Amino acid sequence: MSTVNNVSTVKPQSPWKASPKDRAKEAAIFLGTIAATCLVVLFSPLAGKLGLFVTFFFLYALAEAISSYIKFGSMTAKDSAIKVLLACGAVLTVLPIISILATVILKGYKGIKWNIFSNDMSLATTTDPLTSGGLLHAIVGTLLLVLGALILSVPIGILTALYLTEIRGRFSRPIRFLVQAMSGVPSIVAGLFILSAVVYTITKSTSGLMGSLALTILMIPTVARTSEEVLKLIPEDLREAGTALGGTQWRTVAMIVLPAAKSGLMTAVILGVARIAGETAPLLLVTGGGDALNFNHFDDPMGSLPFYIWKSFLAGSEEANTRAWAGLLVLIVLILILFTTARFLSSRKVAR
Amino acid sequence: MQTVPAPREITTEPRRSDKVFRAVVTTGGLSSLVILGLITVFLGYRGAGIIWDQGISFITSSDWRVSYDENANVVESQFGLAAMIVGTILIALVAVVVALPVSVAMALFLNFYAPHWLKKYLIAIIDLMAAFPSILFGVWGFLVLMPSAEYWAKLLNKYLGFIPIFDVNPYIFTRSPFIAGMVLAIMIIPIITSVSREVFSQTPLDRIQAAYALGATRWSMIRSVVIPFGKSGVIGGAMLGLGRAMGETVAVYTVLNIIFQINWQILLGAGGNVASLIILRFGEANLYEVNALMGAGLVLFALTLAVNALAELIVRRTGTSGR
Repeated sequence: MSTVNNVSTVKPQSPWKASPKDRAKEAAIFLGTIAATCLVVLFSPLAGKLGLFVTFFFLYALAEAISSYIKFGSMTAKDSAIKVLLACGAVLTVLPIISILATVILKGYKGIKWNIFSNDMSLATTTDPLTSGGLLHAIVGTLLLVLGALILSVPIGILTALYLTEIRGRFSRPIRFLVQAMSGVPSIVAGLFILSAVVYTITKSTSGLMGSLALTILMIPTVARTSEEVLKLIPEDLREAGTALGGTQWRTVAMIVLPAAKSGLMTAVILGVARIAGETAPLLLVTGGGDALNFNHFDDPMGSLPFYIWKSFLAGSEEANTRAWAGLLVLIVLILILFTTARFLSSRKVAR
Repeated sequence: MQTVPAPREITTEPRRSDKVFRAVVTTGGLSSLVILGLITVFLGYRGAGIIWDQGISFITSSDWRVSYDENANVVESQFGLAAMIVGTILIALVAVVVALPVSVAMALFLNFYAPHWLKKYLIAIIDLMAAFPSILFGVWGFLVLMPSAEYWAKLLNKYLGFIPIFDVNPYIFTRSPFIAGMVLAIMIIPIITSVSREVFSQTPLDRIQAAYALGATRWSMIRSVVIPFGKSGVIGGAMLGLGRAMGETVAVYTVLNIIFQINWQILLGAGGNVASLIILRFGEANLYEVNALMGAGLVLFALTLAVNALAELIVRRTGTSGR
């Protein structure tokens, strides 16, 4: 018999991980709190969702605190109670968004019929039954408005970002400051500005282009700031290598920096589009909000999804409300698609 | 005998292509300055006449009326923004007071408590929320949030009614500044949360670890290291949210009952907001009144610009406090 077998080998352990016992205790506290909450709400004047919510978090914080107090003492009791309070903040943030999404889907899907994607509202009023009319003109209008704003704002936004990261001139600090200030310009002010500077002065009529101009003002800061963040991430080595190989600054930026930042810049543009796609206030002032399908961006009233939702919501009848929710559902789906694409692009590594 | 070559002159004269490139980029960079300048000039150009006529009463009176004779000539007009300015600030303050604690809790939870997988999803949700259009918040606030918020308002009035701002007279709770403030609070939570999260995550790791090494619990570490470090950043984030809330139009218009009278009772169903005044009056306004609305827009622009500039200055000071 060799003695080797007698040597007991130490099994690797991970004492920082929660043991099954700890997990069971956590679950017991959680379920116990839910039960206690139901009891308290049933047998007290507290009522409604608010009462339930407040009672639950109060009791849960209390239970966690007592459990930590028994195990470690008073310092950790406070820690546990505050952990629950902070989680409560997180729940309060997420609740409205779940409520919003659920409401839009539940109320919106009733209004989604095939005919709304092939008709406009030129022969129907918002209070007509849902089988007549549609929001084709609004979808086309929104796409045209966004496309116009995209063409105008992307060059300006990216040039601003390039100024801040590549030229780094005298005005870098003030410009960064102004871009920040510009992102706080209220959307209605952008609309009023276009109304005053272009509509009343030059064109004398509302059109899709005016809407695009107003949206451009709102989109530039988003594009500029996100692009700046992206361009800052491009390693300085790449720029130095470009210059060391004898490239001028222009060629270095155009052939090395911008291609390297391509997917990030796409993200910046998409986030900018997501920001303006649902913008309503300036469109109410400058696009005219037509009910007919209109492909002419430079003349005639141009409809758009936000305008359509706005009109339907203000009409107030049952059918009109369903129309508004259906419009919101279409708008949300559009924004979700844009947003997911942006996140997908930005999660990829910088292109080689 | 060797001749020493004359030292070559080293110049950094950029090529012509670079000169063009730099000029183009600089022009593009200056566009934000140009646009902000043009906004001031054009709103001022349209609004100046009215503001000049009204004088100080443009911001101290709260009467907004204009009447025309049969030839559409202006007979009498009085444009005063006092009620709207008070309402704008009041609603924005309600929004920030509600949103700030929630956002800070969310930011702290994300940075120091949330497990990794949850953090990823929560950040995506917050970013998505920031991209939601304001008309969505407006419609949802009117049809879904309003009934609940009215109930909360009644509770507040019942138990805290002795405080003047929670007093309600006459007894109308629908479409109050409080409810508009709640809607705006939900809209600005993502802004304040992401600024706070950014600031908290810049806390130097060595200080955090020093606190832990001295035996701090997570909360006492946060209280003694993270909060002193991030305080000014959070205040700046709150002011960015304030600026956004002050300029919001559609969400406020759908929820709020706009009354041309200064109202400090936040639970009472009467209030105002400069931006929604513009939408309210624009539909039936003729050119003369539109000029007054341009003046109102100029006032709103100046207000939000001031708040945003201040916020930006405060955020930049992050990290200099708490040492």
